[in-house]
Amino acid sequence: MKKAIQQSLIAGVVAFLVFGPISGLVLTGYTVDYHGERPLLMALVVALGRFAFTILADSKQGEKLSQALFGRRDGGVTVSRGESQNYLLLFGGLAVAFALPFVLSKYWLSVAVLALIYVLLAMGLNIVVGLAGLLDLGFVAFYAVGAYGYALGYQYLGLGFWSAIPFGAFLAACFGVVLGFPVLRMHGDYLAIVTLGFGEIIRLVLNNWVSFTGGPSGVFVPPATLLGLEFTRKAKQGGEPFHQFFDIAYSSSFRTIFLYCVLLLLVIGITFFVVRLRNMPLGRAWEALREDEIACRSLGINHVTTKLSAFAMGAMVGGLGGVFFAASQGFVNPTSFTFFESALILAIVVLGGLGSTFGVIVAALILTVLPELLRDFSQYRMLIFGLAMVLMMIWRPRGLVRPKRPMFNLDSAVVVIQTPPTAESKFVVGN
Amino acid sequence: MDLIILGQQLVNGLVLGSIYGLIAVGYTMVYGIIGMINFAHGEVYMISAYISAIFLAIITTWGVSSVPVVLILVLFSTILITALYGWSIERVAYRPLRNSTRLAPLISAIGISLVLQNYVRLGQGAKSQGVPPLIEGSFKFYLDNPDSYIQITIIQTLIILASLVGMGTLHFLMQKTALGRACRATQQDRIMARLLGIDTDRIIATVFVLGSAMAAIAGVLVTLNYGSFDFHVGFVTGIKAFTAAVLGGIGSLPGAMLGGLILGLSESFFSGFINTDYKDVFAFSILVLVLIFKPSGLLGVAEVEKV
Repeated sequence: MKKAIQQSLIAGVVAFLVFGPISGLVLTGYTVDYHGERPLLMALVVALGRFAFTILADSKQGEKLSQALFGRRDGGVTVSRGESQNYLLLFGGLAVAFALPFVLSKYWLSVAVLALIYVLLAMGLNIVVGLAGLLDLGFVAFYAVGAYGYALGYQYLGLGFWSAIPFGAFLAACFGVVLGFPVLRMHGDYLAIVTLGFGEIIRLVLNNWVSFTGGPSGVFVPPATLLGLEFTRKAKQGGEPFHQFFDIAYSSSFRTIFLYCVLLLLVIGITFFVVRLRNMPLGRAWEALREDEIACRSLGINHVTTKLSAFAMGAMVGGLGGVFFAASQGFVNPTSFTFFESALILAIVVLGGLGSTFGVIVAALILTVLPELLRDFSQYRMLIFGLAMVLMMIWRPRGLVRPKRPMFNLDSAVVVIQTPPTAESKFVVGN
Repeated sequence: MDLIILGQQLVNGLVLGSIYGLIAVGYTMVYGIIGMINFAHGEVYMISAYISAIFLAIITTWGVSSVPVVLILVLFSTILITALYGWSIERVAYRPLRNSTRLAPLISAIGISLVLQNYVRLGQGAKSQGVPPLIEGSFKFYLDNPDSYIQITIIQTLIILASLVGMGTLHFLMQKTALGRACRATQQDRIMARLLGIDTDRIIATVFVLGSAMAAIAGVLVTLNYGSFDFHVGFVTGIKAFTAAVLGGIGSLPGAMLGGLILGLSESFFSGFINTDYKDVFAFSILVLVLIFKPSGLLGVAEVEKV
């Protein structure tokens, strides 16, 4: 008890000193406004929290609680046969997704388009970070390459929406290989920093190369078309608008509905692709490489092609996200591709569970739709993301959804591999 | 004429390099001791800039007019609070992850950096802030005629001096004192150091405090030199300081200073003679090239991976 009071007092004083200057003393010009109540409140919260924490940690219930929260979950991977798919959930989700365009307003539909774009981006990054274990902090570069591939492809090569999709994806994949090649020897933190450097270089070049990219003022992106049909009220230069061709009343949300449908099909296709890929030798090689590179190389896995293919595929999916982003915005400029965007995508992947496709999709949907629902709190969004990233790393370093690994048929045997923090593995074979 | 540009860019480069060096210390010490990139260090520097401006405003409204007294008060209070920030960050976000996966501390550091940026944005507003000029005056070195001279302001001189003194003190602390010995022991082998009775958690916290204090010195002097800052400054400056640390050899204190000076000088020559728009691209390219071709840096020791 005495210890708890002592510690909470210390925590409160430190919190007051730390929070004091920034939140309590607000600069206005060359003078300062005093808001002493804010840091006092925060310090009080910290002190009380610390007090409760210490009391709880010393008690029996607290021990149980921490066992339930932290025990068994740090590290460790459950390996099961990859057959426990919930078809009801799957088809239910798909039915809802296909019904959305008929229900939602144009505004919410554009939110849904954005959410699907983030699903694409997060799945792309998940291939690189979650499956192959290569921490890429410059993923936004591929997003930018895809978006600018469409915009500049139209401007210089006259590409339309449909040719921009493969073009943007191919271009991004090329960038993935080119950027991936020099970093093959690196791992962990150094890789993260180099990719961050690449991401920033690409953004700065887009920003400064005014004669080619239009610089900070951005580039116009042509609207998407379906088989030459335009989604405008009146077609330009002899084309035919979509609503005239089908003889239905014009609605301004046709374009968004169209984008949503194409994007949804693409997301389904890529999800299927990624899920299947994980069962293939390439996907297994990625995950093996993530766990132990030296062991993999000594078993004859070519780490160069394995890593490069992860980079290329991740980049390709990211590039697709970029093309759709450009198509939905009708305009791209470099401010959409800052490091914040990379951090946001990384936050999605981390919160969803590194390596878990399902978790990542859910996290992407939550993190893009939730801020729209909580408009009033939108300025706190990044603050909350940051906090969530820290707490997730402390609480569940492997994400909300624990990835399930497919394995070879051992009848109904379930292998549970537990990795205690000492990194020595224990194998428990049970039924 | 070119000689003047050369001389002026030399001065600017030295000043810039000293700042990078001061911030790089935080990266290099933390990396040396626990092998993680303290991604939030750039934000610590940014926060120190805000804190120094706040204390400067408070102290001047108290009516203290003697410039050295103001400077010393601001410097000490900023160092104190910023060091507390370093300590708290380590305590809250890194210590619980000491035995976690490799990526965990890095992601948590990115999280902390987002939190700090947005905390400052919410607390102080998104617009850029400024301080009134506190120290004015400069030294001018004339060449040939009165129109051509190289100028060093007093604050620039202070920056160079402060970084030299700070580095010297830190070097002394690391090489000659019991604390420094404990730090170096922890750096070499944390488990062994612990077995020999060193409180390694405390040593790691101390390293964060020292790194943050150096960043605070940089924050105060940069604020006084340039006069304006916003909540974004931590990111780019942090990456560049990290580049300096990598260039000099991460984990090595003299390397951080050397790397800072080389980066500062080459960046200022690049922007003076070649192109200003691409100076950040230039710095990032150096980072990428060094990491690809010589990850151990100029003064670092190559890491041997043991299986």
